[in-house]
Amino acid sequence: MFDDFFIRALVAGIGVAFVTGPLGCFVIWRRLSYFGDTLAHSALLGVTLAFTMEFNIAISVFVISSILALILIQLQKKTNLPGDALLGLLAHSSLAVGLVVVGFLTFIRFDIMGLLFGDILAVSVNDLLIIWIGGAFILLTLKFIWKPLFASTVNYELAEAEGLNPDRAKAIFTILMAAIIAISIKIVGLLLITGMLIIPAAMARNLSSSPQSMVIYSIIGGLLSVIIGLFTSLEFNTSSGPSIITAALLLFILSLFKIKQSIKLKN
Amino acid sequence: MSTDQNILVKLNDAGLQLNNKWLVKGVSLQVEKGKIVTLIGPNGSGKSTTAKIALGIYKKIGGSVEKYTNKVGYVPQKISIDWTLPLRVNDFMMLTESLNKDTIDEALSLTGVIHLKDKNLGDLSGGEFQRVLLARAISKKPDLLVLDEPVQGVDFTGEIALYELIKKISDELSCGILLISHDLHTVMGATDHVVCLNGHVCCSGSPMDVAKNNEYKALFGEQASQILSRYEHKHDHIHTDEGEIKKN
Repeated sequence: MFDDFFIRALVAGIGVAFVTGPLGCFVIWRRLSYFGDTLAHSALLGVTLAFTMEFNIAISVFVISSILALILIQLQKKTNLPGDALLGLLAHSSLAVGLVVVGFLTFIRFDIMGLLFGDILAVSVNDLLIIWIGGAFILLTLKFIWKPLFASTVNYELAEAEGLNPDRAKAIFTILMAAIIAISIKIVGLLLITGMLIIPAAMARNLSSSPQSMVIYSIIGGLLSVIIGLFTSLEFNTSSGPSIITAALLLFILSLFKIKQSIKLKN
Repeated sequence: MSTDQNILVKLNDAGLQLNNKWLVKGVSLQVEKGKIVTLIGPNGSGKSTTAKIALGIYKKIGGSVEKYTNKVGYVPQKISIDWTLPLRVNDFMMLTESLNKDTIDEALSLTGVIHLKDKNLGDLSGGEFQRVLLARAISKKPDLLVLDEPVQGVDFTGEIALYELIKKISDELSCGILLISHDLHTVMGATDHVVCLNGHVCCSGSPMDVAKNNEYKALFGEQASQILSRYEHKHDHIHTDEGEIKKN
């Protein structure tokens, strides 16, 4: 069944969409778009590392992104630079270092476009296992920390006062962000991962009135984007990442009409 | 464990220093089951800070806090909620603990906002939101309630009703309440113990003791001790950044 490359890409994409849905909601709620971007940019370093050491890409990206997240947290504590400056600093320097390293790796055939924007030809059965097992693990962990994470997103002091340990939840969430980036690189590409997190969740925000419904709409939006995007990619021979994100954008635009309607109804 | 099983939270010489300035210093107090302890004092006297120290929100404090319960309900003085979150009153009620429908309905009815249950949190008025905050804090039937200006923005008749409700909750659940209030009239009526703050503990004791206390009179004026009612705040001293007291 998984012999066909397109079926593999589809199954991989669907697995990714199930995880980016709920995580993307938190990225929007906690205003972490640039944090996601920074981790994703650092992923290139992880990829080059994987190539030089002939190691699994997802695991190596996960390790590098986690380390970068830890460095970021330390820098935030130790310097007086504003958060967005630190994010920009880490994002671009890690991307630059990654690209320089790629330049040195002339002996390896390297599909940089596929890496940056996703490639449906590149998904192996092994990748499927990583996406689905890793994805299930991410979702289970998120379910486990949902209450403290959500409560502290609404109000940190309430969560802390009522004994929910928000700091631990935040640290675990940071690791989950690194993990989702690691497992979605093959399909979406590292430059567009944040789009996959944010756009379906933004669409969902337009349609929902409770956190739970936003998560569900966000998953549905992600699934539709992946399916429409991958078929487009197959049909027109475009990169999978941009095709998926464009589909997500179209869904977002459609969701704006729902807002207009509900505003009309209110008046 | 404390020798007294009734103690819920105990502050020993607690204080908080921020940027080399003591926000509040040397506070010792304890909240026991079924008792209402009220913090009074002028603006900037460290009432909210003391409440947050008791809740364990600050990690680096002077002195120590002993907390003997984890079932806590908190109504903060200021709460900034991101209004872009899709959050209805019903979702907000279950923020820190999963509750069944009856419990939520009961709490919302008690504070008079059951009709707002399916409304978006961002659509509430200040007073309505305050009632929801109080409902959320009491709905989980906590051992310790920390209420920081719980009736701010609530209309006059509502204010009296809510204070009666707080008193009733304290009796029925036999939970301890740490209350911060500006309305001394109400405070004096329902409180078991008053702590008067002004960057440090000015005086403390039963409402009558405090009302008779000279420092309290100096802080709040002679009239306050006579009619236990509303009056102007008067200060005879200010605090330097080092925590010293200077006479005006």
